[in-house]
Amino acid sequence: MDLRLLTAEPTDAERAAIDAIVGEAQPGDGRVERSDRNRRHLLLPALRAAQRRVGWVSEGALGYASRRLDVPPADAYGVASFYALLALEEQPADVLHVCTDLACALAGAEVPPGAKASPCLGLCERAPASLRTIAGESPVEVQLPETGPPLPQAGERGLRLLRRIADGLDPTSLDDYRARGGYAALARARELGPEGVRQAVSESGLLGRGGAAFPTGTKWDAVARQPAQPHYLVCNADESEPGTFKDRVLMESDPFALVEAMTIAAYATGCTQGFVYVRAEYPLAHERLGNAIAQARAAGLLEGFGVELRIGAGAYVCGEETALFQSIEGYRGEPRNKPPFPVEVGLFGKPTVVNNVETLVNVPEILTGDVRETRLFCVSGNVARPGLYELELGTPLRALLDLAGAEPPKAVLLGGAAGSFLRPDQLDLPLSFDGARDAGVTLGSGVVLVFGQDADLTAAVLRIAEFFRDESCGQCVPCRVGTVRQEEALHRLASGATLGNERETLADLAQVMRDASICGLGQTAASAVQSAMINLEVLAP
Amino acid sequence: MTAVSVSAPRRVVELTVDGAPVRVTEGSTILDACKRARIETPTLCYGDTLTPVNVCRVCVVEVEGARTLVPSCSRKVEDGMVVHTDSERVRTSRRLVLELLSSSVDLSLADDAQRYAAEYDAHPERFGPDAATVAQDVKIDNDLYVRDYSKCILCYRCVEACGVDHQNTFAIHVAGRGFGAHISTELDVPLPDSACVYCGNCIAVCPTGALMFKSEYDLRQAGTWDESRQSEVRTVCPYCGVGCNLELHVQDGEIVKVTSPDDHDVTRGNLCIKGRFGFQHVQNR
Amino acid sequence: MLGAGGGTSSYQEVRDVADVIVLWGSNAREAHPIWFHHALKAVHRGAKLIVVDPRRSSSAQWADLWLGIDVGTDIALANAVGREIIHAGLANEEFIERATSGYEAYRESVEPWTLAEAERVTGVPAEAIRELAHTYGTAEHAQMCWTLGITEHHNAVDNVFALIDLALLTGHVGRYGSGLQPLRGQNNVQGGGDMGALPNKLPGFGDVDDAAVRTRFEQVWGAPVPPERGLHLTGMFEAMGHGELRALYVIGENPAQSEADQTRATELLAGLDHLVVQDIFRTRTAEMADVVLPASATWCEAEGTVTSSERRVQRVRKALDPPGEARDDVEIVYALAQRLGHDLGSPRAEDVWNELRSLSPAHKGMTYARLEELGGIQWPCPDETHPGEQFLHARLWDPVVEVRAPFMAVEHDPPVDLLDDDFPIRLTTGRRLESFNTGVQSGGFDSPLHRNGSALRLAPEDGARLGISDGGRARVVSRRGALETGVVYDTTLRPGLAFMNLHFPDEVPTNVLTIDATDPKSGTAEFKATAVRVEAV
Repeated sequence: MDLRLLTAEPTDAERAAIDAIVGEAQPGDGRVERSDRNRRHLLLPALRAAQRRVGWVSEGALGYASRRLDVPPADAYGVASFYALLALEEQPADVLHVCTDLACALAGAEVPPGAKASPCLGLCERAPASLRTIAGESPVEVQLPETGPPLPQAGERGLRLLRRIADGLDPTSLDDYRARGGYAALARARELGPEGVRQAVSESGLLGRGGAAFPTGTKWDAVARQPAQPHYLVCNADESEPGTFKDRVLMESDPFALVEAMTIAAYATGCTQGFVYVRAEYPLAHERLGNAIAQARAAGLLEGFGVELRIGAGAYVCGEETALFQSIEGYRGEPRNKPPFPVEVGLFGKPTVVNNVETLVNVPEILTGDVRETRLFCVSGNVARPGLYELELGTPLRALLDLAGAEPPKAVLLGGAAGSFLRPDQLDLPLSFDGARDAGVTLGSGVVLVFGQDADLTAAVLRIAEFFRDESCGQCVPCRVGTVRQEEALHRLASGATLGNERETLADLAQVMRDASICGLGQTAASAVQSAMINLEVLAP
Repeated sequence: MTAVSVSAPRRVVELTVDGAPVRVTEGSTILDACKRARIETPTLCYGDTLTPVNVCRVCVVEVEGARTLVPSCSRKVEDGMVVHTDSERVRTSRRLVLELLSSSVDLSLADDAQRYAAEYDAHPERFGPDAATVAQDVKIDNDLYVRDYSKCILCYRCVEACGVDHQNTFAIHVAGRGFGAHISTELDVPLPDSACVYCGNCIAVCPTGALMFKSEYDLRQAGTWDESRQSEVRTVCPYCGVGCNLELHVQDGEIVKVTSPDDHDVTRGNLCIKGRFGFQHVQNR
Repeated sequence: MLGAGGGTSSYQEVRDVADVIVLWGSNAREAHPIWFHHALKAVHRGAKLIVVDPRRSSSAQWADLWLGIDVGTDIALANAVGREIIHAGLANEEFIERATSGYEAYRESVEPWTLAEAERVTGVPAEAIRELAHTYGTAEHAQMCWTLGITEHHNAVDNVFALIDLALLTGHVGRYGSGLQPLRGQNNVQGGGDMGALPNKLPGFGDVDDAAVRTRFEQVWGAPVPPERGLHLTGMFEAMGHGELRALYVIGENPAQSEADQTRATELLAGLDHLVVQDIFRTRTAEMADVVLPASATWCEAEGTVTSSERRVQRVRKALDPPGEARDDVEIVYALAQRLGHDLGSPRAEDVWNELRSLSPAHKGMTYARLEELGGIQWPCPDETHPGEQFLHARLWDPVVEVRAPFMAVEHDPPVDLLDDDFPIRLTTGRRLESFNTGVQSGGFDSPLHRNGSALRLAPEDGARLGISDGGRARVVSRRGALETGVVYDTTLRPGLAFMNLHFPDEVPTNVLTIDATDPKSGTAEFKATAVRVEAV
């Protein structure tokens, strides 16, 4: 492309960091050149690398990445400015991101001077939490506190997805994983063949665990029969729904299970290439998963399946599958319109299987015969034993609250910020997809956030409104402006300076966001707020 | 031998719109079907010569069986589809979209948007005097055209026109996120320092006057811009041999701006800097 | 017939059908921007774009393959491509056999042009030449497009033949999606030629030497038509040099600044007994005139038609009155005719056009009403029910082809202005996006793109070697003249290759440097290849 490039040059450190991602520059011979318009998918990794090296994305780094990847500078700037964790203004190399989201607010989070406020970091069981990012020659990110409470069900018999974790497996050891039954499922998959595997998954009735609850077998069948090649497998590990940390625990503590599961999924659906898109705020998961992939590859267990980690840069909306594709492809994480659906037109425009981490790790269990329907629940807030729980679907919510040692709740947020507040008298709800649907709520990403008697629900509702306003990608009017208007109206209610019928305004906003937004973020941006106002009379005028 | 390409005839699809059957060729959108049925559908980000991005959401309709409303400008019709363009859900969403835009953006030059807002009984004042807006200073950094992003509804049309849909210069893009998302050059450098080649193809597609020819802007500022005194004459550009059609907008014997017809297959509304701004020499009298 | 006439294919075929587009000696991205939109739409749907240009121009930066050829070695490259196509078994033998003549002589003429030999002469690596040959040879639909990089050479016509030969070799002509597109530089150079503003043509493509054609015109015009060919522009300057041409009537041309070897050209113009200039601006040529006839800007101050690169005749319409005493061009000619004792009839544009239609079968069906209704019509359009011909030479695909398309065997002939120790840098000239030719029209508006427009562009290595900084100044000297100008470093150039444009002649009279070595058939000068010396100042 005939780009007009930025004139600023990168520093040597920035150049080296970017070259490590995109390869070294080859000088032209002045005689022959070929365009390669397929390099922009390295843009986000390149910008991230520059930031991790020097602490921010300078004009020189932006310009260099644009030039090396043949991306127009205005476009690259649009991408860089989209992500909350990419800084386009100089900042210190050592930054503390302090979570001020729901669980951490309940635990009294405070942002010290010089630190930045952060949305949910997925460390809710050890609230209040923060993330320290240190740029430099050996950049590190540290999740704080570095350890949390033990797995609540450790030592319990009968766990399924959490079995190996509860038994204390070594997450860095392929041998340990195999000793505990790992890779038996892949062998079984080869016996069954791709169609057999898909059939087993369909028959198990496995529904997606990322929040949308789509039948996994149906999705896999749809991709398997697509003629367009190649097929891609994408594991959505962006896990940014406030209150959610299940995928983090799975990736940190049992990463080989995900790798094996992805290998099986790729085999069953004809995918030759896979990506795990992990949010930026999970450095330990990056390390453990990267290590597991490398060990599996070295042991010949990937069998031609190319799987890569891709790391986000601070955008909740990138958990939406099509926004995730955009992010991997090197664009702003703006969701696409559906149809067409990813099974037909997905990553790089090709048929793509997108599955949540938890969904995938169900597959080896199904193939080795444990077809019980269990689900992971992320319990945090005013409870004695916060953490990740595994229960059979249908278990009443009250039973989970007892297990977790919950205080007598004023309200329980089910499903995350995109979910709903439940009243104390609604807690007999069976924790199943049908049970939730019948009650007009959703299990979402498995969040169970307990608000005790002294909890400030108004603050929680305002925080949720702020969250969606902040995380909106900005594409569509209902969400871009609607989330702003929702937050403004809630603040007016909170301060008492109301205009006219705020309830009607909020209901109208809820309706247009639910009915007319492009993606799930906008569609659920008013859900918890409305449930709090209607169910619990929070901010009732 | 005449050489009109004949491709395989396309199938006809039958659907129902507001209770009446409509037949359109396969590959048509619901918007096409509405046009066929003479049902007016408001649109803002949709452009005949642009890939639909469906971001304004004002064209949404209700499709039976779909959980959410559907953008008619891009959704392809299917046999047996049942569409409602005037249900309570549709009217409410359209009204809200117009209220949200009217309360945050200066729509004083967006005739269509104003007309829709009146039609759908939008009351943007319900959000109060302190509702956040995109008001900002006008950017005047060159002699050819002016950017007033107070008027920008983020329809993405300019980005598309400057991008793969037409110009492929990529001088502007969306930057930031959420309500702060805005159209920008790299690092917000002034236009003369950017990749802009002053083709004006972005101005041609802007629905709200956020992008405007300096000639028009100056006359409007002076209060002398008067479309009722303007004639439009279609001719051919005096520069290269491509044969682009120009529409010269003439007021009081002076060319005040140049456009190209969207349905002219050579240009599809696009010009280069010479066609767009190179008329000046005939004004130098 | 092929070579004369116009582009064979429509833009729509580029946009929607071609899977290979070769841009040879054209920087359409800047010189034909809206045509390039069509090419980019093709690129976005997967078509391959190959660009042959000494510079890595902005068009080349879009190419799937760019070949950085040495200036003036296009025939060497084309012949090697032809040879490779033949040897790789990619020639369309059926088509060659049925629809062409002269293949054997062509084949022999390209046989010496091995890939290695072509690499030696053109500077382009053999592998890339092979890739061009195979890509073009295996394409389903291919468009071969060129502009002044091919025709502003002393062997312009041979260059064009070399490209046409490749289309004949592969059957990429005469069918939907495949063809030859010379992109015309001005808005009506096509129309001008079509209307007979050529020394050997009458309006509507008839040859002046054809008695039957002359007779038809004589009957309508009521006066004899001289049977001899006239002089083209270069021929006129030669005749001025010999004292044979004593008076000149110049309409809408600025030869005092646009001719190669400007110094010589202006001397010759100054030596005329009588110079009349009809133009819209007081150009340098007008300043030298004895009589100036201020004319209208025909594109917006008159009614009429112009013809584009895809043979599309379209209406130009009057939006403004000409200023002051300026008059409509047709009216001026009519008034002149009257003073010379002839009444040419109605000066109304449509009436003139209708007379043309009665004499030119290719335009016969193009009434003003139909041009209006259809928004322009491509010739030939033989009658009022005909929609216009989208592409030409379909008859080459008839089972029996009576008039075959001839291969023209052509020889490589390097540029006339040779490089040596005194003049070691190859200067090539070209155009910019925001400007047009000698800037008469495009100098009338300002833009940020005009900035630094007139500068000499040097490869950074040459700048460093010569001690001239980026943004500095230089003296440029050729065998014919010298000038001083600003310098801009340009990484799209190789060491030894420099670039200037012709758009700011009052500041930087580029054509004092260029050589008027012209093609005897077409009359175009070798603007593309000048030998210069660059010195720091």
